[in-house]
Amino acid sequence: MPLILATSFAELKDIFLMQGFAGFSLFAVFLLMALGLAIIFGQMKVINMAHGEFLTVGAYVTVFLSHMVTDHAPKMLPYYFPVAIVCAFVVAFILGYIVEIGLVKYLYNRPLDTLLATWGLSMILQQACRSIFGAREDTATLPDWMMGSWSPSEGLDIPINGMFLLALAIVMVVLVYFLMYRSRWGLKVRATMQNRAMAGAVGINTKSVDRITFALGCGLAGIAGAAFTTIGSVSPSAGSLYIVDTFIVVVFGGAASLLGTVLSAFTIAQSQSILEFFLTGVLAKIFVLVGVIIILMIRPQGLIASKVRK
Amino acid sequence: MHTLYNRALGGKSGTVGLALLCIVLFLVFPLSLDNFRLNMMSKYLSYAFVAVGLVLCWGNGGILSLGQGLFWGFGGYCMAAFLKLEAAHNIAAESGSDQIRALTTVGLPDFMDWNQITSLPYIWYPFKSFPLTIILVFLVPTLLAYIIGTAMFKRRVGGVYFALITQALCWIMEISFVTRQGWTGGINGITDLRTCLGWDIRTKSAQITLYFLTSIFLIACILVGRFILSIKLGRILVAMRDGEDRVRFSGYSVSKLKTFIFCVAAAMSAMGGALFVLNVGFMSPKLVTIEPSIYMVIFCAVGGRNSLIGAVYGAILVSYGKTYFSEMFPNLWYFLMGGVFILVTRFFPDGLAGAVDRFGPMLGKKIFSMIGRAQQNFPAVVPVTIEANEGH
Repeated sequence: MPLILATSFAELKDIFLMQGFAGFSLFAVFLLMALGLAIIFGQMKVINMAHGEFLTVGAYVTVFLSHMVTDHAPKMLPYYFPVAIVCAFVVAFILGYIVEIGLVKYLYNRPLDTLLATWGLSMILQQACRSIFGAREDTATLPDWMMGSWSPSEGLDIPINGMFLLALAIVMVVLVYFLMYRSRWGLKVRATMQNRAMAGAVGINTKSVDRITFALGCGLAGIAGAAFTTIGSVSPSAGSLYIVDTFIVVVFGGAASLLGTVLSAFTIAQSQSILEFFLTGVLAKIFVLVGVIIILMIRPQGLIASKVRK
Repeated sequence: MHTLYNRALGGKSGTVGLALLCIVLFLVFPLSLDNFRLNMMSKYLSYAFVAVGLVLCWGNGGILSLGQGLFWGFGGYCMAAFLKLEAAHNIAAESGSDQIRALTTVGLPDFMDWNQITSLPYIWYPFKSFPLTIILVFLVPTLLAYIIGTAMFKRRVGGVYFALITQALCWIMEISFVTRQGWTGGINGITDLRTCLGWDIRTKSAQITLYFLTSIFLIACILVGRFILSIKLGRILVAMRDGEDRVRFSGYSVSKLKTFIFCVAAAMSAMGGALFVLNVGFMSPKLVTIEPSIYMVIFCAVGGRNSLIGAVYGAILVSYGKTYFSEMFPNLWYFLMGGVFILVTRFFPDGLAGAVDRFGPMLGKKIFSMIGRAQQNFPAVVPVTIEANEGH
């Protein structure tokens, strides 16, 4: 505290900016995680407790690719990351597709049962990761351009991977927005989720829509996993640490609203990061969670509610 | 007498099920298991309390709580606090030497000493008295459930949202218990509990007594649950699960009903938590987090979410499976458990009890028809022997 008192106003501003930016990194992670869940849980009403494991899968794909590149083609290291993101998406997408066909499709009328079944699935996926990749933590070799930090002025350091994460999150939100709200396919998805029977009656193949929507949500979690490797190491249980946070973000935002998800990820991440500056990390977490629960009591439908006639 | 038979015991099939459970709990397990396994069984049974509570509030009331570990934990922590204070006093009394008295604060639990707390926190004062502790074991979780229930159900937070919020609450409890080390023992929890009112709970005879005590309380919980389900309240509860709005429009207060059953489930869980501490001798935040809370729901789902007795078998089977598989196949058991959850929700949404209901009568018929056929095949034998007997 005396340190802060001794610093000049400009330095205080820098600290505030950096703390704010730390919040932005957290915001990006929450947003990437919550995007997929906002589709799976918000639109499809499937409580996917294995969502974190899809993140883990995406992260492991990235780590695996980075090891391949450093071992066999070190020259390609600066360029592999975009490929890794695509691969993480594809692998998680395919896995999600299989899970939908094998499990989720039977449980659409029983939302609370999806919770139990996907919890089982998450146990299986976690153990599979542990058997294949080992229980140790693993890190991806990052390309040089992603390391270090950018300092626009003296004393202000903004990490580049954080900026990359934020940019990726924004790009993904825009993509998902266009896909869900501005494309013909998105129209089909929203029609199916709002009124399955009617959507089927006008000729939409609702089963195919279900499969691809679920797989898309899982694929987005895979991208989140690829992004996750830039800020942390991967372990089989990495994804499960974020699952409660992610659900809170989606619920707080208003389940079926993209804008709500963005707003809630921003609010939760920033308030947590700013509170962390004054309190300890754990206390900040408790305060944020309690705050979210109280707001949810006052506004059970979340920040932004879609107007749906039940 | 007749109404009691129908209500608390649930008619003929209910009585048979209960009698079977009593035979298993009071005869089969004590006679067939050694002391170590019996103690383990008491541990499983203390989880079964939560499962029985969940049958009431989830299976029959439609309220899925992923935070039952919260109430179980508060019940357990209240009990552990009492036992810990007693242990601390015993240590103070035993250690006559002034050296130890100088180093530690007399009568203060060891973990408080390690965290530089010099006087007992006010929260711990009630746990000096045993009757007050017993009251608090029930009062604290029930009050908490009442507050959560009133706040949530009045605002019509239900279904999935309620499940996720209770999960978050459970998480909050864990992290706050871990951080308030001086008050709660932190991540290690409250350990090294030895006596309860001077009775050493770690001896063999105490463990057997506690096993029977746990079983008796469990049966009592099942009877209470049966009674609640058999009266009008239980009917409205099921009606509420199947059509909440209709019940509301019929003039019933849905939120009060939900809060009530949620409180009952919480009180049962708390009882289980307190008995767990007596049986096992410690309490830790690892036992009350999100994962154990989901396991408690799984017990209920495997046993049958509508069956009070099924929940007990579910708790025993899943817990035993967890212990057995993690001992025998440490790498495979996650696959096995995960597979069980998926299969049960996919194919047996009513769990074991549903399977028994579906296949039980068929099996029964098969056995009866086999007996019948056996009798038909040898009809002549009986008269012949009789004749032979008469001949002599």
